Amino acid sequence: MNFKHKYVFLFPGLFVLIGILIFPIIFTIRLSLSGWNSYTPEMNFIGITNYLRLFTDDPRFWESFFRLSFLSVTTVILQYIIGFALALIVWREIKFKRFFRVIFLIPMMTTPVIMTVIWRTFFHESLGPVNDLLGNLGVKPILWLSDPVIAKFTVIIVEVWQWTPFMFLLLLAGLLSLPKEPFLAAAIDGASPFRKFVYVTFPLMAPISIGAIIIRLIEASKIMDTVFVLTSGGPGTATETSSFYIYIKGLREFQMGYAATLSFTYLVIMIISLTIIAKVLTKLMIKE
Amino acid sequence: MEKLYKFLKYTFIILWTVFIVAPFLWAISTSFKDFQSVNSKVTYIPWLDFEPTLEGWRVLIKSPARGGVDIVEPYFNSLFVTCTASLISIVLGTLAAYALSRFTFKAGFVRNNDITFFFISQRIMPPIVLSIPFFIFLSTLGLLDSLIGLVVVYIVLLMPIAVWIMVDFFNRVPKELDETALIDGCNPYQAFYKVVLPNSIPGLIVAGMFCIIFGWIDFFFAFILTFTEVQLLPVKVVALNSSITPWWSLSASALISVAPLIIVAFVVERYLSKGNLSGALK
Repeated sequence: MNFKHKYVFLFPGLFVLIGILIFPIIFTIRLSLSGWNSYTPEMNFIGITNYLRLFTDDPRFWESFFRLSFLSVTTVILQYIIGFALALIVWREIKFKRFFRVIFLIPMMTTPVIMTVIWRTFFHESLGPVNDLLGNLGVKPILWLSDPVIAKFTVIIVEVWQWTPFMFLLLLAGLLSLPKEPFLAAAIDGASPFRKFVYVTFPLMAPISIGAIIIRLIEASKIMDTVFVLTSGGPGTATETSSFYIYIKGLREFQMGYAATLSFTYLVIMIISLTIIAKVLTKLMIKE
Repeated sequence: MEKLYKFLKYTFIILWTVFIVAPFLWAISTSFKDFQSVNSKVTYIPWLDFEPTLEGWRVLIKSPARGGVDIVEPYFNSLFVTCTASLISIVLGTLAAYALSRFTFKAGFVRNNDITFFFISQRIMPPIVLSIPFFIFLSTLGLLDSLIGLVVVYIVLLMPIAVWIMVDFFNRVPKELDETALIDGCNPYQAFYKVVLPNSIPGLIVAGMFCIIFGWIDFFFAFILTFTEVQLLPVKVVALNSSITPWWSLSASALISVAPLIIVAFVVERYLSKGNLSGALK
């Protein structure tokens, strides 16, 4: 079944997407070679000056990039472990199964920035409930948002709350689509639940797991909304991620040219590292 | 051993449930507080810890001139942008996904998988990378700070999701279905429209829900590309956060903004339990 009509199906979507995106991408590359800022808002040509500055004289960008890697990898690992555990539990018959499934899904339906507004009051250091409840247990007030180390973990907590449901959903949908035969065979062999998981469930779930982890890594690398509202990158630059740094350079300091350089470099790094991660994960999790 | 496992299992899911519900309970409680009960000491339970008032909720329906928070207009703006962009993305995405699932494309080294990857890879693009060129792009077209401009941008955000889910779904719909329709004398468009599409309702619903979720929760593009004329809900609520808005009306407006999509959780669960979702989402 192959004929000319196939283009009629494909092209509208493809061309709309390309049409909307082609300008921004070419523009970003061109902009990154210019010195567009608030003093000279024009598309002049300064060659690779911006790139030299980025690679030789901007530790803040690289720090923000490593911070982003740390935050996204940690949150995705936590989400995967918790999401998989939750999915395994409500996969089988338990009491109030459907109730728990709904509850576990709810956070991903809520707008991250708006929930973060609530989290900010929740973690408020003197008027929030967390420190108050901990205080009743005799714990000293914790500086959730103003300590450089703890603030990172606050961001992680909020991100895990927000996005574990997505991982949970993908993994549960995967579990529900697994064939029944391998489990029957394992049951006949009298395998313990633990062995069943290691030798049957986990290998069967490997491709789905990889897909889910990659999708979440892609989304987690864009982490910005939470940081923006929760800490505004602070205290200092303790929770500043790459996106946030580019935002400051581009839309607060109006160094458009340099921000485009950062954007383009960041995009290239992202695509390369995600491809490598996908390859490595496939190798690690699917043995054959 | 069995008992211990069961105990751990229930402890875990109950703790997790408490963790999920906690911010909502806190927000609900806060939305009924007044100045005294927010700022003196931390209070939790209405009537017991503090005297509840409806002030936080009343502000939402007052006009801005009388000290209210105008949340109705952003609500409809968000609804309009999300639904329009989702609809366009689903239509175009479904057509493209059908083509990618049924026909073979060859152009130089580009194959079907590469085209699919091109669609999906748009999600890798961090919003910030696109926002600066979009800002200039839309201002040249005079679409900055307008609903149409946001719809255009949101299509880029949502079409990859539609293509991702629908390609997977169509791959699972047996090819024999279209072939039979073609033999019966349908042309390819009729085969798609009359036979394949009606069999793809679950996939379309899942794709639609995902588009609506990811459209509704987006903040960054709306934040960069609109100012005063058009405001979307998340931007409005965050603006309240940075102004001197008291916690009670902040909580009330936050709750009312996240409420509509929570219904989606019930729909998703229904599909999950009926087994339709596992086919559509993998």
